[in-house]
Amino acid sequence: MPSVMIRCSDAGKLLFYVAKKDQEDEISSVEKDSAEEWGGEVELADGSKYYIDPISPPPSFPTTLRFKRL
Amino acid sequence: MSNMTREETEALIQEVLEVYPETAKKDRAKHLTVNDQSIEQSKKCITSNRKSLPGVMTIRGCAYAGSKGVVWGPIKDMIHISHGPVGCGQYSRAGRRNYYVGTTGINTFGTMNFTSDFQEKDIVFGGDKKLSKIMQEIEQLFPLNKGITVQSECPIGLIGDDIEAVAKKTSKDLEKPVVPVRCEGFRGVSQSLGHHIANDAVRDWVLGNRDTDTSFASTPYDVTIIGDYNIGGDAWASRTLLEEMGLRVIAQWSGDGTLAEMENTPKAKLNLIHCYRSMNYISRHMEEKYGIPWMEYNFFGPTKIAESLRAIAAKFDDKIKEGAERVIEKYKAEYEAVIAKYKPRLEGKRVMLYVGGLRPRHVIGAYEDLGMEVVGTGYEFAHNDDYDRTIKEMGNATLIYDDVTGYEFEEFVKKVQPDLIGSGIKEKYIFQKMGIPFRQMHSWDYSGPYHGYDGFAIFARDMDMTINNPCWGKLQAPWTKSEETSMAAAAGA
Repeated sequence: MPSVMIRCSDAGKLLFYVAKKDQEDEISSVEKDSAEEWGGEVELADGSKYYIDPISPPPSFPTTLRFKRL
Repeated sequence: MSNMTREETEALIQEVLEVYPETAKKDRAKHLTVNDQSIEQSKKCITSNRKSLPGVMTIRGCAYAGSKGVVWGPIKDMIHISHGPVGCGQYSRAGRRNYYVGTTGINTFGTMNFTSDFQEKDIVFGGDKKLSKIMQEIEQLFPLNKGITVQSECPIGLIGDDIEAVAKKTSKDLEKPVVPVRCEGFRGVSQSLGHHIANDAVRDWVLGNRDTDTSFASTPYDVTIIGDYNIGGDAWASRTLLEEMGLRVIAQWSGDGTLAEMENTPKAKLNLIHCYRSMNYISRHMEEKYGIPWMEYNFFGPTKIAESLRAIAAKFDDKIKEGAERVIEKYKAEYEAVIAKYKPRLEGKRVMLYVGGLRPRHVIGAYEDLGMEVVGTGYEFAHNDDYDRTIKEMGNATLIYDDVTGYEFEEFVKKVQPDLIGSGIKEKYIFQKMGIPFRQMHSWDYSGPYHGYDGFAIFARDMDMTINNPCWGKLQAPWTKSEETSMAAAAGA
């Protein structure tokens, strides 16, 4: 259950940052990304997948969330 | 590398690894690589931030060095107690040349050493009483201090002293911030964790202190300089450029910085971070909590400075954008003269670097402006994100080494034969005795500043003065010289 900080990159993409692992990757896809909710399965640019229960209303970034590794 | 192909460089790494026992070889192989610019993520080619191998000599520091020496130490109006035995504080005292303005011992304390000087009885019975006593003494002797930090040395963690409780109580008595920092030297694999711990201490004990205080009038052009330790005056050379383009610098972290500046940082509009490795944690925190964006910049060498000034200006309105162009124009004649003077003397020289934090990638641009080429680079304590940024800066097929050992570095240098090495004091004399020009790049070899346009002139002069020093041709005794070498030396001079 890594604690992940999500922020917007200069290019407008979401960055997935795990402080403890110095991992900073772009998020390539989010399962549920709408005006009502945000979350579900999240895939990173390197192919790894994480899960978070959909949050509604969507959080404002940057923020720290807890994800589950899939 | 200009004269080495990828295969040759790979062969060199294999050759150097040959002497290690099997397991050590396997481990070290992961830390050495040949640069490939096409790789997006460094974790595919290099491992970093791992424990050094027992038995090899590396050049890393400890968590205490990262916290007291780097992040907290330069904050000039606080007193930083090296809590524990006397040596850690004394032998690192003022070594980093973080310049500051103020009267030492009256209202600033940067070059002084405060320690609780642990004795056997403090280890046996605990040092909490002593700590609270010395803080009372400090208050009496140095009443103009703005706060105290307690920088733990190894024994504090080992004997389990409760410095947080002492800090809280003393803070109430003195009515000043007292910050306990759990930066015991044994934590983590290098000074890098010390930076992180220090950042977390700033976050927990300092940053929110003035959240309810609205007396500070902010402007839309407020920025901060984060991760510039004012080594030889670096932060001042950076600050003038930012101010000339119309921005207002409200805080310097932490070179020539004060506690009040740190507390007011959340009122800035943009955090500019120079040393990403040591201060990204607090910048990320401020982005999350206060919504302050942050960006990295690079003030080494005119190309990178212009690039950075424009990138910073792009975050503001047209007035600042104009200001950035004006600043670049203003210094143009100055830096072109520097390049015209030194480039012919330095062109084509090859450099190997092995430093910490940001320099292994940030100074590459400055060398390139002088027509030099960086053929090998490496960090003492970098993490993967640093190497992500380095890969793009370095040329293809150049050497990259993480936490290089004394043996490996020497062997690389023997084979690559660079014209200049930039590293620390522990490497300096080995390479000078091998006859290779050397600059100590941690604190600019007692020179500086190197940041900004003013710094570039000094940087160029220093590199020239080192590389073209006549002493390098005189390392061999005249009677041991054969005819040939003396001829070659004469032709080369």
